[in-house]
Amino acid sequence: MNTDTKGEREISDLLASTAVPTVETMEQLHRRLEESAEQAKILDVAYTTIDTPVGTLLLAATENGLLRVAYECEDLDKVVDTLSTKISQRILKSPKRLDAAAFEIDEYFGRTRKRFDLPLDFSLSSGFRQMVQKHLPQIAYGMTESYKQVATIVGNPKAVRAVGTACATNPLPIVVPCHRVLRTDGTLGGYVGGLAAKTELLNMEAAA
Amino acid sequence: MKKPFEKIVAEHGPTVLRVCRAVVGFNDADDAWSETFISAMKAYPVLPDDAVVEAWLVTIAHRKAIDIIRVQKRIAIPVGEVPDRPSPVGAPRSTDHEIWDYVKFLPEKQRQVVAYHFLGGLAYGEIAEILGGTTDAARRAAADGIKSLRKTFAGQDLKGASQ
Repeated sequence: MNTDTKGEREISDLLASTAVPTVETMEQLHRRLEESAEQAKILDVAYTTIDTPVGTLLLAATENGLLRVAYECEDLDKVVDTLSTKISQRILKSPKRLDAAAFEIDEYFGRTRKRFDLPLDFSLSSGFRQMVQKHLPQIAYGMTESYKQVATIVGNPKAVRAVGTACATNPLPIVVPCHRVLRTDGTLGGYVGGLAAKTELLNMEAAA
Repeated sequence: MKKPFEKIVAEHGPTVLRVCRAVVGFNDADDAWSETFISAMKAYPVLPDDAVVEAWLVTIAHRKAIDIIRVQKRIAIPVGEVPDRPSPVGAPRSTDHEIWDYVKFLPEKQRQVVAYHFLGGLAYGEIAEILGGTTDAARRAAADGIKSLRKTFAGQDLKGASQ
């Protein structure tokens, strides 16, 4: 190896090793990108994570409204990938659009809020499932319905299993209260966030 | 399947910023980076699945940098070649961005080639496509740039390392 090549390698190593941007710099630039993307109306999906008594939740929203609430057990990286595939690849972690949702969820867990007042985007569901999910907010805080009752109310008394699927695939748990739907015998049934979370939500609402 | 844009920013953001710093200088790099990523985000949905994302980003950064350099030229006197005299910015240390203070004094093309090749990871052929000219010319410009930098650094930090 001649000295020139050696010198070249040292310079290129130096170029490569120096001036690595700090985390703070990258965070600052990220925030700037969030703002300009929002302004340019190209931020199709914004998301953030919040800590709650039932664990970390991911919140995602389009310009139309809250799109997704996800539990950590759903694998949040995978949730972001799915939003990117199904809704738009123009997705950024951008907490600002989720401020109102985060605030209301905080109030809910602080027992000062019994109804959510947020625009919702049901793009992730369709048909019968969406119809069921749109009914669920009518089940009042602290009340429950059975899968069978819900099936009857949405006009298809035989579709008990389909109601179960609609609850299991609810893209907006907590805000769309699928945890208020139980089996006819009063046992829990299933829950997207795990049965412990369902129990915790029901106990919290019952105690209020 | 293409990744969520958030991942693109996380994976390539730092590299693109360093390319920007090398080409437009430390002070204007943030603007170049921001304009690069907002353009990239606009175009991302139509980027082919098999595209090389980093090369694509560096290409956009190059276009944004040209705009910024044009403005800089209007307000500053360009330095045609690396001054062959004692350092104008003090002795280089390997801790922060001093090397960019030197890269900044390279002629524009050398500066671009050095940044795109050594930081952006672009092959000389890809760089030739962005800058115009031949692959060989790009390779020569990089070699000249590195040689100049080496001369500037001779007798400094690197002397010990090269012995």
